[in-house]
Amino acid sequence: MSDHEYTPKSKVGKWFNDRLPLLTLGAHLTDYPTPKNLNYWWTFGGILTFCLITQIVTGIVLAMHYVAHADLAFASVEHIMRNVNYGWLIRYIHSNGASMFFLAVYIHIFRSLFYGSYKSPREVIWIIGLMIYLLMMAAAFMGYVLPWGQMSFWGATVITNLFSAIPLVGESITTWLWGAYSVDNPTLNRFFSLHYLIPFLILGLVVLHIWALHVPGNNNPVGIDIKKPSKDTVPFHPYITIKDAFALLMFMIIFAGFVFFSPNVLGHSDNYIPANPLVTPAHIVPEWYLLPFYAILRSVPDKLGGVILMFGSIFILFVLPWLDTSKVRSAVFRPIYRQFFWIFVLDVLMLGYMGAMPAEGIYLVLARVGTIYYFLHFLVVLPVVGFLEKTDPIPLSISEPVLSAGAELSLAKKENGKI
Amino acid sequence: MSKEEKKVNRRDFLFTASYTVGAVGLGAVVWPLVDQMNPDKAQQALATTEVDISQVEPGKSITVLWRGKPVFLKRRTEDEIEEARAVKMDDLPDPQRDEDRVKEGKDEWLVMLGVCTHLGCVPLKNKGDYKGWFCPCHGSHYDVSGRIRKGPAPKNMEIPKFEFVDNNTIKIG
Repeated sequence: MSDHEYTPKSKVGKWFNDRLPLLTLGAHLTDYPTPKNLNYWWTFGGILTFCLITQIVTGIVLAMHYVAHADLAFASVEHIMRNVNYGWLIRYIHSNGASMFFLAVYIHIFRSLFYGSYKSPREVIWIIGLMIYLLMMAAAFMGYVLPWGQMSFWGATVITNLFSAIPLVGESITTWLWGAYSVDNPTLNRFFSLHYLIPFLILGLVVLHIWALHVPGNNNPVGIDIKKPSKDTVPFHPYITIKDAFALLMFMIIFAGFVFFSPNVLGHSDNYIPANPLVTPAHIVPEWYLLPFYAILRSVPDKLGGVILMFGSIFILFVLPWLDTSKVRSAVFRPIYRQFFWIFVLDVLMLGYMGAMPAEGIYLVLARVGTIYYFLHFLVVLPVVGFLEKTDPIPLSISEPVLSAGAELSLAKKENGKI
Repeated sequence: MSKEEKKVNRRDFLFTASYTVGAVGLGAVVWPLVDQMNPDKAQQALATTEVDISQVEPGKSITVLWRGKPVFLKRRTEDEIEEARAVKMDDLPDPQRDEDRVKEGKDEWLVMLGVCTHLGCVPLKNKGDYKGWFCPCHGSHYDVSGRIRKGPAPKNMEIPKFEFVDNNTIKIG
């Protein structure tokens, strides 16, 4: 893992490090050569680590007061809000923390899409990241069920019923998931158990994610391979840590803004009504971060088809490194892809909006257009653009475009730039 | 040479046998861990409910909870039965005669799971394009027989197992 020799200065440190090289690992993480041109879009890895730790710490504390029982869960959440010392603060951090976690992960993912971080040799980092994303969605969904309000109950009903679309075994799988013949107390119990488990699975995957990252090193805004260490790199500490810390502070200001000034704006008021299996709320919507997928689900007029497209929209990301045929990583040098990237961003945002609207009239039409375009982007646009696009000249090193006199030299290097 | 070959074969057999026994053992251990998630005996014990229907007027319906799910018991009027039976089979996404959804001689009683066959929401009564039920979640329309007519739901609302204990009591399950 480490590409340099490290010897602890103290005798005790040396004794310990010979038996378990933790200090070598620490030195590796400190000195880790990082591209010197990383911009603020690269600070979200650190921000996401902060989010995960925040969720784990606040979650463990909440579990000390929460009761996972259909008759008591709703009251115990209110108990946390009213009676437990600082319970309101801890719960609001946890519930808004989930939203902030997704906000950060979406920026992180789109950064990867823009700068081509998913491409060779970083496919495994990308795939581990997607596994983390899937686990995040599972954890968030189950966490949303725990307060046992109306949205909890009916969200759980709708999502678990997705599995009933599977031919032949669908009904048995749904009953197995429920542990009952509908969403009921056994369902709540197991969701609590799994909600507690998943963050630690994520933590394990995060270690693998970072490990896999440290093999080739970071991608960078220019998207070229760089020698490490070289004039194009800086040590992770203090150069990147201080930049990450500043970005994290900015992020925490927004986070705190939600927690202290509008803690319920991202939630749904129906979840303050206790779960009632006899009445479905008039308008069921998932949390905002799942809306684009919900729009895809509803845009298909067939149950199984809708479920397949919804899961397909996520699983297609796993083969993205092989769908994108362009060898050039960064969209900075891909004039055509760059435009399609932004169209794709708009498409996902539009799908998110359609997911929040009722599935009828113009909303349904737009959701269908958005769904078709979502898949076209991956299955047609990316493979074809990679072949046809004439990419801009790529600099030889990170320093080159800065140090060279300007456009003239850059143009002169054009021949060298093509890959 | 042949001696060596024999040795390898014996070892191969041991490997295969060990893997097989190991796999069976692993399966035997995993199955209880999987099956514990299925409905337990307490859940199964709630499998029947008896409902008093003596107070239900024609054209009205009641909703009861059975195995955690709502069951609609609707006492239909003559007009409604006629309307349900006049529907052409070709107009139904999941063709089923109204006669097959009720007990013979008790045609006025429609007993069905009040669960949309799309994603499990509870449809609203006397709503939608077919004067039956309408699911607010994803817009499925059901007729007066609880059959799917329009929307994403694939099937008619399910008829649970039920019987008339006497004229005033229905046993569901």
